[in-house]
Amino acid sequence: MAETLRLEVSRYRPEEESEPTLQSYEVPYNKDWVILDALNYVKDQLDGSVTFRWSCRMGVCGSCGMMANGEPKLTCAVPLTDYDPTRPLRIEPLQFFPVVRDLVVDITSFLQKLSNVKPWIIRDDVEATETVEFRQTPAELDAYKQFSMCINCMLCYSACPVVGLEPEFTGPAAIALAQRYNLDSRDKGAQVRMEALDAHEGLWGCTFVGECTKVCPKNVDPAGAIQLYKMASATDWLKSVLLPWGTK
Amino acid sequence: MSGAAPEPTAGLKLYHRPMSFWWWLERRAYFKFIVRELTCLFVGTFALLTLMQVRAIGDGPETHAAFTAMLSSPACIAFSVVAFLFVLFHAVTWFQLVPTTIVLRLGEQRVPGSVIAGAHFAGWLIVSVVVAYIVLRG
Repeated sequence: MAETLRLEVSRYRPEEESEPTLQSYEVPYNKDWVILDALNYVKDQLDGSVTFRWSCRMGVCGSCGMMANGEPKLTCAVPLTDYDPTRPLRIEPLQFFPVVRDLVVDITSFLQKLSNVKPWIIRDDVEATETVEFRQTPAELDAYKQFSMCINCMLCYSACPVVGLEPEFTGPAAIALAQRYNLDSRDKGAQVRMEALDAHEGLWGCTFVGECTKVCPKNVDPAGAIQLYKMASATDWLKSVLLPWGTK
Repeated sequence: MSGAAPEPTAGLKLYHRPMSFWWWLERRAYFKFIVRELTCLFVGTFALLTLMQVRAIGDGPETHAAFTAMLSSPACIAFSVVAFLFVLFHAVTWFQLVPTTIVLRLGEQRVPGSVIAGAHFAGWLIVSVVVAYIVLRG
């Protein structure tokens, strides 16, 4: 008899219940499957009402982040074989986000925080047109490339207790993305971003738990980005105190 | 802020999970973080005691002798042992995090984190040996 795995899926149907409950499904313990395949098996074969987000199935779109046995995971990137088939695998929506339905969370606050840090190249000296080129050397690209790998999967928000305790906290991915543009040789917007982030709910809300970096499926290291940002902010402040005539 | 943009979740009955008071026991890393944060109380108290000792020295031999006697009490010794362990934990965990906060480059190459952390541990060891030499010498 083929081996199976019991999935315990968090269900929240707002028209029927006031809080989530767990529902169990037996799925094949297919060694070629990732968690998302098992969820799609549930959706296609067992219960079409189970609701979750997914798109690319290849770790690029960042939409299938969920909690697997209490850990934030990109479900398209985690094989079932990482889990013991004799024990149930509990799948829940990303923690610290409001739940819309089943495994789908409301990401409105994240999108707002993301746009607040202005994650785009800011230049007021040159008008961007199709003919304008901003060239970079490989070393200049290397300076920010790691932070540009973020796919906005929000696993880092789900791993960060500060996000849960202080919902206004800008959070790891948005700050890392701000740093990505600050480190870009083509960008001139670091000061503008610093004004948005040099606040308690910005950089200084981070207490350096470090879990954001550990759960990141793209090795972006948001914790590193935030600490570097703090160093830059502290250096700016020190310069303004010691060299009030030459801070710019 | 976004101004007049409609709320995409307007009218939906969202479920907001409450954050447990015991959240710091839910993951080993959270617990380690909370312990690391709590260690600063012991670091601060130890620093305060050291400052008080310096002041006692300045106040004369009698005051210093009384202060030293107080530090020799079983309660103070017990506190010192616990504080020492917490200060060790504090120093080790922070030094382990240093490579995240410092990016050094030698030419095109980034200096590995293990080298940066190792340099901090080596510096700590050297300072400890110097302090131990000064204290134990005399």
